[in-house]
Amino acid sequence: MATHVDARGLSCPQPVILTRTALQQAGGGQVVVTVDTMTQVHNCTRAATKLGWQATYEQKGDVFEMTLRKGPA
Amino acid sequence: MNKPKGFFASPVGIIVVGLVIGGLAATLQKAGNPANMGVCVACFTRDIAGGLGLHQAKPVQYIRPEIPAFCLGAFLAALAFREFKPRTGSAPITRFILGMTAMIGALVFLGCPWRALLRLAGGDWNAILGLAGLIIGIAVGVQCLKLGFSLGRSYPTRAVAGLAMPFAMLALLVLAVLYPHFGENAALFRSEKGPGAAAAHVAVSIIVGLVIGFLAQRTRFCTVGGIRDVILMRDFHLLSGVIAFLVAAFALNLVYGQFHPGFTLGADAEGKVVMQPAAHTTHWLNFAGMLLAGLSFTLAGGCPGRQVFLSGEGDGDAGVFVLGMLTGAAVAHNFLMVGNGPQAPYIVVIALVVVLLIGILGRERLAVGR
Repeated sequence: MATHVDARGLSCPQPVILTRTALQQAGGGQVVVTVDTMTQVHNCTRAATKLGWQATYEQKGDVFEMTLRKGPA
Repeated sequence: MNKPKGFFASPVGIIVVGLVIGGLAATLQKAGNPANMGVCVACFTRDIAGGLGLHQAKPVQYIRPEIPAFCLGAFLAALAFREFKPRTGSAPITRFILGMTAMIGALVFLGCPWRALLRLAGGDWNAILGLAGLIIGIAVGVQCLKLGFSLGRSYPTRAVAGLAMPFAMLALLVLAVLYPHFGENAALFRSEKGPGAAAAHVAVSIIVGLVIGFLAQRTRFCTVGGIRDVILMRDFHLLSGVIAFLVAAFALNLVYGQFHPGFTLGADAEGKVVMQPAAHTTHWLNFAGMLLAGLSFTLAGGCPGRQVFLSGEGDGDAGVFVLGMLTGAAVAHNFLMVGNGPQAPYIVVIALVVVLLIGILGRERLAVGR
């Protein structure tokens, strides 16, 4: 079951802090992060990539849903 | 599924934009803006406060076109790239206070983080104390964030709320161009001497401001964020842009003959010590002022430039922070708290206590849900 992080509406760098915490807790697998600006998509992608995760995102209405993956799905 | 990409989000993009902004800052000085102050967001917001008559410090009164142009450049970029998103509701009064304390701290040092870099690039070694204070202030802010500090969420709002700051800035820009004078002892005010009298041509200031606003919105250029991200997670992305800013300003200062190293500029013919431009040598106040500013900016989510750019892309909370800065500038001058002025030591200590309390008491549990 994927971990979900709701980082909508949070100022820098809180979405990144929440995402990093979730990734470190999960260790691998899939983490879904919801943000509401492209700035946070880029910031969270950078943070995830540094920890060895792969990031993709999808725009759903006014928000962006990011899927972060590491290791076997 | 998309993968985040694009030139402006790339490592090269942020470095190129840092070089451009730093180069433009030094060039604005060559074109007439005050020395070591090419695009100081704190100083220029303070000048605007003076121009509007919110304070009566005669040498620093001028409706600087750069600040509204920053906001409008970011507004245009956000519109062009469909990133204009009206949002608000995240602790506005706290952000207003943080805007005030950030500005008060910056004006004790006599410059925002951008100017700290520009002062260093111009050879003003007092900036080293300021930058040291800034880094420590940001580090303290990062600790507060790690312990759970949050100003809470913002929420989508109506377009009119997101347009408020861009329209206010447009009005300011119109005033800057027309500069109407409404009578004796009435606004608008404009310095006849001092830093407020030093200005590039208004058209040059507007064009440069729009370009910087546009580029900074695209890259999320942020001086405080640069240092914060290194402390928080060893991420050098934003900092590489900040270093590029410093390098470009330094290189062009050498070319333009604007580099004069020292804590002071030596003694004049009468043996009187000549200070660096708009600077003082009270080291602990240079340090403590920027410590206060760094902590305030970090808790609010970004440097003063970034707050102006965010206000242009519809972030009403960043707009409230900018209004706090404008008010803080007026208060700082009206109560003689600027530089090493008589009230500066007291206000720095008091404001530091206030901001630390905000940082400690503002913790919130934002659990990572499953």
